[in-house]
Amino acid sequence: MKVTWKDIAPVPNSTEFLDVVLNRTQRKTPTVIRPGFKISRIRAFYMRKVRYTADGFTEKLQEIVDSFPRLDDIHPFHQDLLNTLYDRDHYKIALSQLSMAKHLVEQVSRDYVRLLKFGQSLFQCKQLKRAGMGRMATIVKRLKDPLLYLEQVRQHLGRLPAIDPNTRTLVICGYPNVGKSSFLKSITRAEVDVQPYAFTTKSLYVGHFDYKYLRFQAIDTPGILDHPLEEMNTIEMQSITAIAHLRSCVLYFMDLSEQCGFSVEAQVNLYHSIKPLFANKSVMVVINKIDAMKPEDLDPERQQLLQTITAESNVEIMQLSCHLELGVMEVRNQACEKLLAARIEQKMKGTKVNDVLNKIHLATPSIQRDGVERKPHIPEAVLTMPKYDPNDPMRRKLARDIEAENGGAGVYNINLKDKYLLEKDEWKTDIMPEVLDGKNVYDFLDPDIGRKLQELEQEEERLESTGFYDSDDEDIFETEEDADIRMKAEWIREKKKLIMKESRSRKALRNRAIIPRSKQRKTLSAMEKHLDAIHVDHSELSERARGRAESRHGPGIEAGVDVIMSEAKRSKSRSRAPSATSVAPSRFDAGLAKQSLRVKADRIEKMHQRERNRLGRAGEADRHYTESMPKHLFAGKRGIGKTQRR
Amino acid sequence: MRIHSCHFCSSPVYPGHGIMFVRNDAKEFRFCRSKCHKNFKMKRNPRKVRWTKAFRKSAGKEMVVDSTLTFAARRNVPVRYNRELVAVTLTAMQRVAEIRAKRERAFYKNRMRGNKAKQREEDRKLVAENEELLKQGGLIPRVRPVANVVEDEIDENMELEEAAEQKEEVLVKVPVKRRKQKI
Repeated sequence: MKVTWKDIAPVPNSTEFLDVVLNRTQRKTPTVIRPGFKISRIRAFYMRKVRYTADGFTEKLQEIVDSFPRLDDIHPFHQDLLNTLYDRDHYKIALSQLSMAKHLVEQVSRDYVRLLKFGQSLFQCKQLKRAGMGRMATIVKRLKDPLLYLEQVRQHLGRLPAIDPNTRTLVICGYPNVGKSSFLKSITRAEVDVQPYAFTTKSLYVGHFDYKYLRFQAIDTPGILDHPLEEMNTIEMQSITAIAHLRSCVLYFMDLSEQCGFSVEAQVNLYHSIKPLFANKSVMVVINKIDAMKPEDLDPERQQLLQTITAESNVEIMQLSCHLELGVMEVRNQACEKLLAARIEQKMKGTKVNDVLNKIHLATPSIQRDGVERKPHIPEAVLTMPKYDPNDPMRRKLARDIEAENGGAGVYNINLKDKYLLEKDEWKTDIMPEVLDGKNVYDFLDPDIGRKLQELEQEEERLESTGFYDSDDEDIFETEEDADIRMKAEWIREKKKLIMKESRSRKALRNRAIIPRSKQRKTLSAMEKHLDAIHVDHSELSERARGRAESRHGPGIEAGVDVIMSEAKRSKSRSRAPSATSVAPSRFDAGLAKQSLRVKADRIEKMHQRERNRLGRAGEADRHYTESMPKHLFAGKRGIGKTQRR
Repeated sequence: MRIHSCHFCSSPVYPGHGIMFVRNDAKEFRFCRSKCHKNFKMKRNPRKVRWTKAFRKSAGKEMVVDSTLTFAARRNVPVRYNRELVAVTLTAMQRVAEIRAKRERAFYKNRMRGNKAKQREEDRKLVAENEELLKQGGLIPRVRPVANVVEDEIDENMELEEAAEQKEEVLVKVPVKRRKQKI
């Protein structure tokens, strides 16, 4: 629940309010409009203005209404305090006027937007807008008084002390000028004004102090006079509010010396008249100024009067003197103790307490249960043990003595193995191997390992006798035929691998131009070699090819050896039309002085072609895109390496 | 000091070797080398990685059920030192290791049984299918159809002789020409 309201935004007065909203409309909406525009556009322009203004008003008004505390939502103490300070009705009416204005503005905006929908001209629309905004402004102007009031309330509310109604609280009350403020000043560091006249303190003051590591707040209240509640003024009502609503320890201050200007009788009467407010609270009567007058020194009549207060249960009288700093702390501590006790008692009555109490349950068996007394057990040996005495020569030997005997601190090394609990003492110094043949010895260490080993040996014997380990040597020696087949199969596998590899490397294009198979040249000798390799008889074929070559070049010409296959084809085609060749000289041979030069020409042609073929790779003129993101660098899993190292 | 086993590949991790990862639920993971650590970080399942012991065991490649394997175990009950017991244990460890090796060998043999016959069968099939390849390689001698040869033998021989006479020149010069061109 909120305790302070320091962060409420300032409330503007009505003219400021208007300025802010209308200015904003002017700044945030378009300003240029012409009669020539489409009527729908003109209407939209003005509708927007009206709506925007209305939104501005409602938003601001809602903000103000929301920022003020709603009386129903806050603690009764604050409710009452606000009521006494600002008048509940006035406050509520002011806020409700604001929210009413909000409604009205919304309504006006709705009406005028509806009218604007049917606006016929720019002028008409403008007039409607003016009328709408004017009505809104009138509504807001009427809010002048509530806005002013709320601004004042805000300023006052911000300066109210932060009183938390739920914490540990001491409330200091009493007649004016009895020393309430000086007490607060002496127990806390609050800056309270202390003056020798009545009603120095006109509102509530709060000071904080620590007791038993707990935070306490002490509230100084204005003085109260003894008259009926209806006649009390605002200042006194604040005190009454604090006393009535805060769950606290009330310290009722009295001045027996009557330096304050009020008689002891009046003070006692006041106590009795405000007593109903102390219900369910711990109350202490504190007698101040004992340096001037002690209660013992009072005349018996007044003492009798004082006794009427203590006649009540739960009330005690304490004495102090703020002037001499006498008994201040005692009073404070006593009050705190009382308050804490009261709070705990109250908490014990609540429902939440069970959660805590369940956690800290302490079971103590009661003797009454079975009459058996349960005493702590102390061993006999401990009871009979003689008391250790360093001067006794027969005293017990301590580790310290052993250390001193063996060279003192820094030289003597304590033998931890001495304390081992083993079956035989001689085992204490044994060193047990931790690892044997790469195995942890401790994993095998088992009290029944002997039995288990025996079982294993029996099992082993049984297995051996049943022939578990007999190797049925499946033909270690293979026959000659099998060996031959194996050899052949291996050879085949090897060969197949080679063939596959070769074919793959052949197919790999590696950026070269493709020469179609039909254009590839193959010499007769190469063909012969291949056929030889695969053991195919080719004598007939070679003969024929050689014969062709001879017949073309004429007998005796040596050039017929490397007959080119393609040429053979050509000669074939020529032979299909012999008449033509006889009539016209072959174009193939045209331009040659001698037929024998044909070979040379071929060779030269080939040489030139070789270079061109070599350069016939992908050149700069070829269409080619370099890859911007090579796939192998960006896709796929990384395996064990890093992304950068591939 | 104890020899731990690698969380990934189950190989022994000797003191001072490898790396340990402690998860925020306090479970320890020891790795014998960075390879295992990296594979673990890649969230690979050791059962699916072929080189690990876990794979070999789950794939039936290693002996899993055997009485020799029950000897070593981490026990939750501490055993107080006893000289005789430790002596027995040490001898037992050696004996168990011996028996285990023997059984593992038997297991392996059993696992490999029948592989040779299968291989032989495959070889046989391969050789039968690839007769032509073997012939090219000269592993099987080429057999010519005999009947034709006999009929034409005389004629052919005569023709060959004639042809030889006529083409002597050409045939002789073949290698010469070829060599020239190569140069």
